[in-house]
Amino acid sequence: MTDRNSTTDDTAATLTSGSRRRALKTLAGGAGGLAATGALPGLSGYVQAQSAEPIRIGFQVHRTGIGAAYGRWYDRTTQAAVARINAEGGINGRPVEIIAEDDGTDPKRGAEVIEKFVNRHECDVGFGTLFSHVVIGSSPRAGELKLPYFVVSEGHHVASGMLNRYTLQPGITDVKSQVQAMAPYVANTLGKKVTMLYADFAFGHDHRDFFSEAIAAQGGEVIARIPIPPTETAFTKYFPKIPRDTDVIYHVMVGPAVLTFVKEMGEFFGPSAPAIFGFVDSLEAVDINSPGLEFLEGSYLWEGYPRYAQADQTEYDKAYREAVGVDDNGASVSDPRDVSTYAHMFGCWETLHVIKDGMQACDYKGPEDRPALIEAVEAMSDIPHSVAHPQGDKVFNGKTHQVFGHQYISRVQQGRLDVVHTTSIEDTLYEDEVDYTTQAL
Amino acid sequence: MEFGPHLVLALLEGSITAAVLALTAAGLAIVFGILRVVNVAHGEFFMLGAVIAWFVTTTLADVFGASPAVGFACAAIIAPLTTGLIAMLTDKLVLSRINYDPERTIVATIGLLYVLQQLTLMSFGPDARPVEAPFNTRIALPWPELGPNGWALSWPWGFGTTTYKLFVIVAAASVLVSLWLLLKHTRIGLIMRATEQDRDMATAFGVRVNRVYSRVFGLGAALAALGAVLVVPIQQAHYLMGGDPLLLSFIVVIIGGLGSVSGTVLAAVIIGLTDGIVSVFFSATLAKIIATVAVALVLVFRPQGLLGHRAP
Repeated sequence: MTDRNSTTDDTAATLTSGSRRRALKTLAGGAGGLAATGALPGLSGYVQAQSAEPIRIGFQVHRTGIGAAYGRWYDRTTQAAVARINAEGGINGRPVEIIAEDDGTDPKRGAEVIEKFVNRHECDVGFGTLFSHVVIGSSPRAGELKLPYFVVSEGHHVASGMLNRYTLQPGITDVKSQVQAMAPYVANTLGKKVTMLYADFAFGHDHRDFFSEAIAAQGGEVIARIPIPPTETAFTKYFPKIPRDTDVIYHVMVGPAVLTFVKEMGEFFGPSAPAIFGFVDSLEAVDINSPGLEFLEGSYLWEGYPRYAQADQTEYDKAYREAVGVDDNGASVSDPRDVSTYAHMFGCWETLHVIKDGMQACDYKGPEDRPALIEAVEAMSDIPHSVAHPQGDKVFNGKTHQVFGHQYISRVQQGRLDVVHTTSIEDTLYEDEVDYTTQAL
Repeated sequence: MEFGPHLVLALLEGSITAAVLALTAAGLAIVFGILRVVNVAHGEFFMLGAVIAWFVTTTLADVFGASPAVGFACAAIIAPLTTGLIAMLTDKLVLSRINYDPERTIVATIGLLYVLQQLTLMSFGPDARPVEAPFNTRIALPWPELGPNGWALSWPWGFGTTTYKLFVIVAAASVLVSLWLLLKHTRIGLIMRATEQDRDMATAFGVRVNRVYSRVFGLGAALAALGAVLVVPIQQAHYLMGGDPLLLSFIVVIIGGLGSVSGTVLAAVIIGLTDGIVSVFFSATLAKIIATVAVALVLVFRPQGLLGHRAP
């Protein structure tokens, strides 16, 4: 995996320096008045050289801070997607180069990274942010600098109209559509009285607000809401607040201590737990067979993309797993203990393919075409199931800049996650809350 | 959850916080008491303890197939020892060179904080990594209830703890008792107290003060590391885990009385239990607010702390 990454980087670097040298040579030639030999003037040589300049994608990555586990896998997925795109001839005949900058999972640094992408690295687009507070902190700067900013975040802030025309989420669905699609299953299969345990920041608040609405629409009710800071390290103190008459526990935690969270939940309930429904966020990058997690057997999890290869695995999933280096259990092929963030990281792969399609549709040449790129992506709607979109077919809404897709509910059975329900795209749709296309470019 | 079991659970959670905090803060207190050094990097020694414990248990399990219990026992010895040696090394390289000057040591230990944190990030990585507890059985706790047939025991929902959590409380208490015996009833303790009371006089009596300083700094770091080893099977090792223990240790040391180990332990129990009760019944944020306000009040109305002595 690492070897391949470095090869990709090396190739990109060689191409960059090579083409720069070529460009300089041609310019020098032109200046010396030696270029005009017959039908090949210096100018066309320059254009040709410039067209081989790589497309620079600024990758805002959570290498450190509370999002580090996601960052590691977002990075691997991104490198794999770029290797594939470059192997197929790049974008408009130009190679793609990833310029990764760590944002420390910190909104303030996130905004600085966006500035670096534009002013220092001359990136064509920004890409890859997961944590919602970093997206919310960075997006205004991307809007001001008119940098197309492709986030892979799940937060509802894109579709809610909180951000701007330069921020798009074409590769991963948002929390509002996810929970709306989950609520009928929770209410009809598990129970109507729900207690929510959620991460206390924008992402968790989306869960709290939209799930409360969605379960009420199913005749259910959220009887207690328990927020937990994402930096928390001990959780037992939160559990006594769970009301005794809870039918279903709904949990969605993020941060470095998710394993502790789930383990302590098991220790709290002992043998008499209510039904448990969680978002796999609480267990991303965690082996569900870790000691202390035995109680999860029989519980349910939302998955954005099934971590374990299913019986009806598609060719697309097989190819995607192989490219990223993930085995059938969702762990790294080189270290079975290094469990991936499988339910989220496909968003990087799919977003990069959307960027590719958008740039090809508008014949993207350079930063002056950034507005055209936004319009080209806004014009997309149906996205078919393919190797470029292995999670499933999708529908992109150009007005709200948000993509919609299938959702999965899996059950922990014999230490595996088996899909028991797949929602339709229609289950996840809701009315538009914004029309970004009316904003100036 | 009913009030009674809820309260007992809060007290149990608070006792674990108090136990680990008392160990960590006692380390900070002896360093301040004897060296007069405000060690801002104390939380990073705590973090190092957890990270080394992870390294020891994982290596033993991978290479020798050791059981979690054996791994943990080795970690409980190796982690504090290694952390203590690292601290002694930093004392030799940094603190002794600036002659333990109060202002400069604060700046130097802030630098040390970042160096240790970033070195851990570069080697151990940014992930939280679990250490398996040597034993961990859930115990459902009984609760007496008056029913139609008189008093009877019931097992309320969610009312329980684990054997390991009880062990943490007992282990921390034993270490603190040993520390007290060491300070009060051994020759080493005598030398340490002599150095604390009058550095020049101790030198005149042949005490090698610099060696005492170095060892006390190591001991303080080792206590923090031991606190971390105890807590790491509950919480996981992470390169940013030093922040909270540092803040809470400072709070506890100030409330207890700067340099007073018994005051520190008392304050740790008060703050730990308050934290447990407030965060179980109200919110974890409120618990932090209360602790911080308590520090402000102590500084205003009783600057010497609960058991500290007024400056002569």
